[in-house]
Amino acid sequence: MSDVAPSALVAGAAQAGEDATAISPRRLMWLRFRRHRLALVSGAFLIVLYTLAAFCEFISPYGTVTRNDDAINAPPMRVHFFDADGEFHLRPFVYAYQMEVDPETWIRIYTEDTSRRFPIRFFARGEPYKMWNLFEMDRHLFTVDEGGYIHLFGTDPLGRDMFSRVFYGGRVSLSIGIVGVVLTIVLGILLGGLAGYLGGLVDRAVNKMIEVLQCLPSLPLWMALSATLPVHWSPLLVYFGITIILSLFGWTSLARQVRGRFLALREEDFVMAARLMGADTPRVITKHMLPSFSSHIIATATLAVPGMILGETALSFLGIGLRPPVVSWGVLMFQAQNPLVIELTPWQMLPGLFVVLTVMAFNLLGDGLRDAADPYSTAGTQ
Amino acid sequence: MRSYVLSRLLGLIPTLAIISVIIFAVIQLPEGDVVSSTLDRLAAQGIAPTEEYVQNLRAQYNLDKHMALQYLYWAGNFLTGDMGYSYVFERPVNDLVWERLGYTLSITVSALLFTWIVALPIGIYSAVRQYSIGDYVMTTIALVGLATPPFLLALIFMHLGFEWFGVSTGGLFSPEYEDAAWSWGRVVDMLAHLWLPMVIVGLGSAAFTMRILRANLLDELNKPYVVTARAKGVGPVKLVLKYPVRIAINPFISNIGLMLPALVSGEALVSLVMGLPTIGPLLLQSLLNQDMFLAGSLLMWLAILTVVGILLSDLLLAWVDPRIRFE
Repeated sequence: MSDVAPSALVAGAAQAGEDATAISPRRLMWLRFRRHRLALVSGAFLIVLYTLAAFCEFISPYGTVTRNDDAINAPPMRVHFFDADGEFHLRPFVYAYQMEVDPETWIRIYTEDTSRRFPIRFFARGEPYKMWNLFEMDRHLFTVDEGGYIHLFGTDPLGRDMFSRVFYGGRVSLSIGIVGVVLTIVLGILLGGLAGYLGGLVDRAVNKMIEVLQCLPSLPLWMALSATLPVHWSPLLVYFGITIILSLFGWTSLARQVRGRFLALREEDFVMAARLMGADTPRVITKHMLPSFSSHIIATATLAVPGMILGETALSFLGIGLRPPVVSWGVLMFQAQNPLVIELTPWQMLPGLFVVLTVMAFNLLGDGLRDAADPYSTAGTQ
Repeated sequence: MRSYVLSRLLGLIPTLAIISVIIFAVIQLPEGDVVSSTLDRLAAQGIAPTEEYVQNLRAQYNLDKHMALQYLYWAGNFLTGDMGYSYVFERPVNDLVWERLGYTLSITVSALLFTWIVALPIGIYSAVRQYSIGDYVMTTIALVGLATPPFLLALIFMHLGFEWFGVSTGGLFSPEYEDAAWSWGRVVDMLAHLWLPMVIVGLGSAAFTMRILRANLLDELNKPYVVTARAKGVGPVKLVLKYPVRIAINPFISNIGLMLPALVSGEALVSLVMGLPTIGPLLLQSLLNQDMFLAGSLLMWLAILTVVGILLSDLLLAWVDPRIRFE
């Protein structure tokens, strides 16, 4: 896709009524990025997902620990517009579960009880909650009347609503990716920048560090480090502990890139000019050097998010990352460790599907951003 | 070439030294140590140890000495082949490690081979037939493969194995060979079980390698020398395989450094899910029980495995690509 010459992009912009000679780099980048359909779709998908996760209290009909004793390991409900008699209802509805126990295997089998309809109410009052732990609210995006229940993704072995748990878990898993990457960027720019700008001994030390960290298998070390988190820590502390652990090994590729850019830019005329005009080092770095490769940093950071999310998921899946009552995608998967779970209650694997989709979207978005940021790049190169 | 090999080998020493310091620091981090957990166990049995006993125990594990000295003892013992004693398994760490290192190595190496064997033909096909249906299918599979956590893959494959073949696919041996001595039958049995973890561990890196090969080959195929060769009437197979592939294949070797740590990580995770007798489950056990001698040795061995693997790949690359030798 990037085989399109910049001139073609300029021509395209000119047609759009813009002065082709005055396209800002940012605009040029956007024009290039727009050609990556998949990256655009991925970006939109991620924005939607992050918004849903940010407002998960409102999106979810229930809290993470609300139990429905009538629905233990119940399958996802289907949303209907037509009832059993073929009559159309403008307001969608779900049917109640009808539970039978298989006399031989003792497995609960759920079917729809077509005599009990629960119409879905939008923006209606339901279970009270505290939005962002600040505001008392009880409106939900969708819910059903008192006495009914709705489980669009089914329930877990304790009768808790999977839909709610997936979105609450998404808030934790998705934010770990972002917080971790912010830490990574700080570490990467700091160490990479110091190495590239100062050179000499600092450069050699940082380089050795990068070399060593890059050839260490990360998961075993993550395991070792997260096993050292004290058991009595509060969930919030564990959350930050895990995030820091994940970024401790993630900064290397970013630092290496920043260092390379610094080395190249140090010799550029505009840096020399700035220095001759009396700019001090912090100013040269922040005003003249950083802006020229900030787009690369964003692209690399985007590609680093999946590793963070996968890392959290793997650690929590093993039981040494986040722990209940915290809900994350990894914690949810912890319940699904047994292959039998896929056999009997496959909807418990849904958090895994969300992980795959999110990671895929970040990969595609990152590829698109990288190609857009680098005028000489070719699509898909690593 | 000889000086290159020598310099790389010498470079290995500081690398491993730094790694050992990092690992030692990591295993020292948890609150409590061997002695305190031993005392906890004694207390649970209602035994109150004397002060002298505690002192002796601390001296036995060198815990009464300075941290730097403790590190030197640990590193020195490791170098002389004594990795200490695992109090959880109540066996020397040496035995535990040697029992399992081979399996870890065989799964990782076979996953690497799987990566190459799969990525090579698919990558070439995808590049030569760019934007064909096959290309779209393969790139999509690669995208999904890159995004799927190995433990999820392991669960799905185990489920499918159960569904289709009605057999439990966990473990590395059938029950009858589990504790048997090594024999031809046991080797065959292991190979029959090995392919599944191999595929699961290797899938992510296969997807990664395939994408790189495809991109590199696409760059190469548009170069003038390829057009010239085509104009001169070189057949389509020879045209692609003779030069473009040979150039595009470079990352197969140079990316071992990127892939090997990921493969070792993936192997540990998959082994945990599938119950394979490798280092991964042992590591988790030792970490959960704060058996730090064992954990440290296992981490060190995984690191050595990776570092040596990367060194070998670098040497291989220098042998294949003369430009690197003369840098």
